Amino acid sequence: MTLPLIVYRSLRQHALSTLVTAASIALACGLLLTVWMVRVQTQSAFVDTTTAFDAVLGARGSKLQLVLNAIFNLEASPGNVSAADYQAIKRHPAVKTAIPIAVGDNYFGWRIVGTVPELFTGVQYARGKSYALVSGGRLFDPEKREAVVGAFVARRLALKVGDTFKPYHGLAFNPNEQHDDVYTVVGLLAPTNTPADRVIWIPIEGVQTMAGHDPAAATQVSAVLVQFRAPAAGMMLDVKYNRQGDRLTLAYPVGSIIADLFSKIGWLDQVLAIVAYLVALVAGASVLASIYASMNARRRDIAILRSLGARRCTVFGAVIAEAAVIGTLGAVAGLAVYVGLFGGVAGVIRAQTGVALDVVHWHPVVVLCPLGMIALGALGGVVPAWKAYRTPVAENLAPSS
Amino acid sequence: MLSINTLCKSFVTPEGGSALIVDVCAFTLAAGEQAALRGESGSGKTTFLHLIAGILAADSGRVEIDGVNMTALGEARRDRLRAEKIGYIFQTFNLLQGFTVLENVVLGMSFGRIGADRGRARELLARVGLGHRLDHYPRQLSTGQQQRVAVARALANRPKLVLADEPTGNLDRKHAREALALIRETCRESGSALLLVSHDEEVLAQFPGALDFAAINRPPVAAATGGAA
Repeated sequence: MTLPLIVYRSLRQHALSTLVTAASIALACGLLLTVWMVRVQTQSAFVDTTTAFDAVLGARGSKLQLVLNAIFNLEASPGNVSAADYQAIKRHPAVKTAIPIAVGDNYFGWRIVGTVPELFTGVQYARGKSYALVSGGRLFDPEKREAVVGAFVARRLALKVGDTFKPYHGLAFNPNEQHDDVYTVVGLLAPTNTPADRVIWIPIEGVQTMAGHDPAAATQVSAVLVQFRAPAAGMMLDVKYNRQGDRLTLAYPVGSIIADLFSKIGWLDQVLAIVAYLVALVAGASVLASIYASMNARRRDIAILRSLGARRCTVFGAVIAEAAVIGTLGAVAGLAVYVGLFGGVAGVIRAQTGVALDVVHWHPVVVLCPLGMIALGALGGVVPAWKAYRTPVAENLAPSS
Repeated sequence: MLSINTLCKSFVTPEGGSALIVDVCAFTLAAGEQAALRGESGSGKTTFLHLIAGILAADSGRVEIDGVNMTALGEARRDRLRAEKIGYIFQTFNLLQGFTVLENVVLGMSFGRIGADRGRARELLARVGLGHRLDHYPRQLSTGQQQRVAVARALANRPKLVLADEPTGNLDRKHAREALALIRETCRESGSALLLVSHDEEVLAQFPGALDFAAINRPPVAAATGGAA
């Protein structure tokens, strides 16, 4: 009862510095958690997204660009794949599934991707997860100008079943380049938290034969998403397309290409982590500075407590406990900062990539980081606590007679 | 109750020398007895009381309180003994400004075996006429009221011995008389011995056997005994 009372009163007496210090810890805690959780979740989300397909076949060029374009619906297509090449890989005995896609149009900046219905009926977008349509909708008819809209686009553009739209040419929105073809929305995809949510899906023939597109490319596809029957097939086709051939690129295995991407941008993680650690260090120092700076003002109170019988270890413990409470306040507020920061970052990532991050996703760091902040706060209290421990009682019980 | 033998305390001077401040050969105070010491400012009275309370460690000698040799104890055990057996009233009251009146008194009993007893703290504050100001802060009280809080706090741990260092030094005549009467009366009621030091003759006049501190503090010629109230 005594120690909590002493700590509570001391915190109240120094309310402003308590709040400022707790806020700096909250910022550090929130930043650390956000950096950590975004890193962990983006990596796992991107890797999960790539589990649907083993490889991507596309025009000769960068494997990473091919994967980003075909699977994450980012970047431009490096070129086209001829109908013959598509048919060849589709019929290859080692290939289980080959889904063609064609890109080149948008609707108010949202990418339009032409594909076949089998993408939605024959493939799981993640382990154990199949595409689903919001009730009242259906898949597009490959023979008609119909569209299925990803959940994120549907929400952003307020598209619903029955709406019609005219695509715009190119991947970037240009109001002067609208096609005459009119498409009708016949279905909305249920949220998948994958890049598919950011796409308007139409029949592949629609993109290939869109008015204004090059007629010579009417049978070509932008890329082919491939599932192999066995991993060995990937290595075999890797040799065939990448080493022996010179027209096409097989991006295989997709997972390691994405892992390479993360390793290439790993320095950014490290910079962010270092910044977060520095903020944490500054926060710990601020606990030390704020309590230490008030020690002169507290000396008399400490001497009075000692004159009442409080032992040195009691005043030492009171200062440590006060620092730990500041750390705790900061850690709790840090969780709120994390929710806010993470929500903002997750919103940007979702809008840019379609990958959804979950703020309540469990990871040990969600517990360890706040605990670390409490420990850091307590650690920051050690020096002032030592000063309190050494406070001479008689000298501070002025005046003397 | 209180027995002092050849108690010495010296301090290092700014010049690096040593100045003997307290050199008391003998002093005793019986249980429940009330005594006063007369001394001018700077005579070492406060140091003497600090030595009795165990706030300062003596260079040599013996302070025995309720049968326990305080000077033989380590600091932690001296703190414990002070928390359990001694109440201290300061000239400047030394109330904790960030704590309420009630909390100040509660803290007076928190570090001893009795523990924090809010009921007793309320009773004591009611006894000194502050039952209606429990949640006020010291700065919200008059000087006389603050002194009464200090009295209540000093008695909170049911001390065997109450030390009062110029307890009326900051009060006007009227309040000084009231405070002194309150201290003596509450000590008497609780059976606590009282050792008061002051340079105020009006206060000392209330203690017929008041001794000059200079008489017991150097030269140590003969044992001095506290005057009975």
